[in-house]
Amino acid sequence: MSKDDQILEEITNSEYKYGFQSDFESDSAPPGLNEDIVRFISEKKNEPEWLLEWRLKAFRNWQKMKEPKWPNVEYPPINYQDIIYYSAPKKKKKVDSLDEVDPELLETFKKLGISLEEQKRLTGVAVDAVIDSVSVKTTFKEKLGELGVIFCSFSEAVHDHPELVKKYLGSVVPQNDNFFAALNSAVFSDGSFCYIPKGVRCPMELSTYFRINAANTGQFERTLIVAEEGSYVSYLEGCTAPMRDENQLHAAVVEIYAEKDAEVKYSTVQNWYPGDKNGKGGIYNFVTKRGLCKGDNSKISWTQVETGSSITWKYPSCVLAGDNSIGEFYSVAVTNNRQQADTGTKMIHIGKNTKSRIVSKGVSAGFSQNSYRGQVEVHKRAENSRNFSQCDSLLMGDKCGAHTFPYIDVKNASAQVEHEATTSKIGEDQIFYCNQRGLDTEEAVALIVNGYAKEVLKQLPMEFAVEAQKLLAISLEGSVG
Amino acid sequence: MLSIKNLHASIEGKEILKGINLEIKPGEIHAIMGPNGSGKSTLASVLAGREEYEVDKGEIFFDNEDILEKSPEDRARDGLFLAFQYPVEIPGVSTTNFLKAAVNNVRKHRGLEKLDAVKFLQAMKEKMKLVEIDQSLLSRSLNEGFSGGEKKRNEVFQMALLDPKLAILDETDSGLDIDALKIVSNGVNKLRTDKNAFLVITHYQRLLNYIQPDFVHVLVNGQIVKSGGKELALELEERGYDWIREEEAVK
Repeated sequence: MSKDDQILEEITNSEYKYGFQSDFESDSAPPGLNEDIVRFISEKKNEPEWLLEWRLKAFRNWQKMKEPKWPNVEYPPINYQDIIYYSAPKKKKKVDSLDEVDPELLETFKKLGISLEEQKRLTGVAVDAVIDSVSVKTTFKEKLGELGVIFCSFSEAVHDHPELVKKYLGSVVPQNDNFFAALNSAVFSDGSFCYIPKGVRCPMELSTYFRINAANTGQFERTLIVAEEGSYVSYLEGCTAPMRDENQLHAAVVEIYAEKDAEVKYSTVQNWYPGDKNGKGGIYNFVTKRGLCKGDNSKISWTQVETGSSITWKYPSCVLAGDNSIGEFYSVAVTNNRQQADTGTKMIHIGKNTKSRIVSKGVSAGFSQNSYRGQVEVHKRAENSRNFSQCDSLLMGDKCGAHTFPYIDVKNASAQVEHEATTSKIGEDQIFYCNQRGLDTEEAVALIVNGYAKEVLKQLPMEFAVEAQKLLAISLEGSVG
Repeated sequence: MLSIKNLHASIEGKEILKGINLEIKPGEIHAIMGPNGSGKSTLASVLAGREEYEVDKGEIFFDNEDILEKSPEDRARDGLFLAFQYPVEIPGVSTTNFLKAAVNNVRKHRGLEKLDAVKFLQAMKEKMKLVEIDQSLLSRSLNEGFSGGEKKRNEVFQMALLDPKLAILDETDSGLDIDALKIVSNGVNKLRTDKNAFLVITHYQRLLNYIQPDFVHVLVNGQIVKSGGKELALELEERGYDWIREEEAVK
């Protein structure tokens, strides 16, 4: 067996490391979706009438829409009537200290290495922990409150800041934007809300950890980030999910709204359960993420490290409406075993002198398929706009696939659009060289992949980058625990 | 230190090494010379444990231990170092970080504590002088965009840092101008002790003007057909390899 084959074999045999399941009781809706379920969700969350109407409108839209078939992925048809659309941990009482938090939940966080205590004490990162759709604990809220920064669960925002939610909800991703966004709009359970007032530079990274928990529960997170004029925020989201047999549908929506001179940096590490090595189980991750650079000189930057999910369908995008606004997309997408990813970005240049930068690094191993799909659109009015795209693919073994689908649509002659793409293979030579210097093969692969992804990883906040590096190594390593 | 007995090795079913015998003791420098395709680089690869090569027969003992079943990384950690003929590039991984991982793997194997960043940099600075390598080169991605000479110098630098018992230099002189050749050779000479040993593989005699071997072996068609002192190298330079081939044919 050649070295490459052996590595391939090891990788193919590697199993998901975070496979465990906590069993606190949940309070679930019956499976299926109809107007009553939408009403049930809204009622459970004690929502105002306008939001219920908003959900119902989305639901009616969704019924008329068709699931997109254009992504380069394959999966059996989803029966939307088999899915449970709402579940929540029973304990919904607000807690003032960690002692009051369900110990089972704290244990879960410990396994993930992200215990709230540690987060709180050591890193100064405010964590809004979302488990099974309902926020359990929000930390550092008071400190942020002094600056007027609002960082809370979406449900809380609906009650405490209805005027903001009403103003911005759906303003970047309209209800009927696409099939999954419409579904999310109808049944979204919870998520995060973040508001940075005018001129405020948020002093800490805002971080949310998502985690799917109850069996057969679709996750429909909704995140809304609003940055007022001249403000700045760095927002982190990371997730990991327990081992499952059934497929789990995840259709989140993230909206970012940036006013004049505002800057939002959104970073995510995604590690949903990818299915076993035969592709059984695993999360379907059909996500709509979009940022609107509404004001002049605004900037939105997406950084993603995607290692999980059996299927990923995700295109964090920027609509560059304001003049001189900037959109960035940095991505590392790793697929292994039978994973499929169709991911990339859209950069829509509308304002003058708008700039966008795309750096996409795909890593395919095992029998996986990894597609980059990116659209660069320059509107008529977008004088002197510029785009630079770099799409690289790294292949491990000879049974996986890497694909690139760039779409470029330029309607203004003064625009400059550049696209570079490379495909390479981890070489036996590289691995042997590392071996000869005393590194074992796993360490060598981790080193090579991290080097390859460096340009993206360095965009992440420090502590997140370390975590992401570990995750890349774990995603590609053999079955040795 | 190294004992090779009747070593036969092949790649993709084709026999390259056809019964090599070689003994190397601590403190010695051995040179292996031979025409293209004689199996010089194969020997280096087999010693380092490259898996594409099949060892069909024979044995290799390193430090009185049979290493044929050992992985390349374990051989490296045991103190066997190969300076590559064609060092690979690893984009995005700085030479410094790469070497820190390498050094700490070797140290761990030897039961030594890991070096922290400060101590590692100290160790690095010390060895940098030895091969006259520039700090800026070490903060760049490993070998990426390095000139041929820089790559080779980097190999010798790594050797200095990892402090092996046996260093195999696989055509380290190829592609070097005379200045670089001197620097590389000086490095080797300074690293030489009575406890370590070198196996210098080369196509040309000129490297041996700078590194004085105790023994010279001529490899032809997968076998060591002649061994001698450093004067043998000079004779080869003068007369080429054909006379040795003829001698063999007569035998």
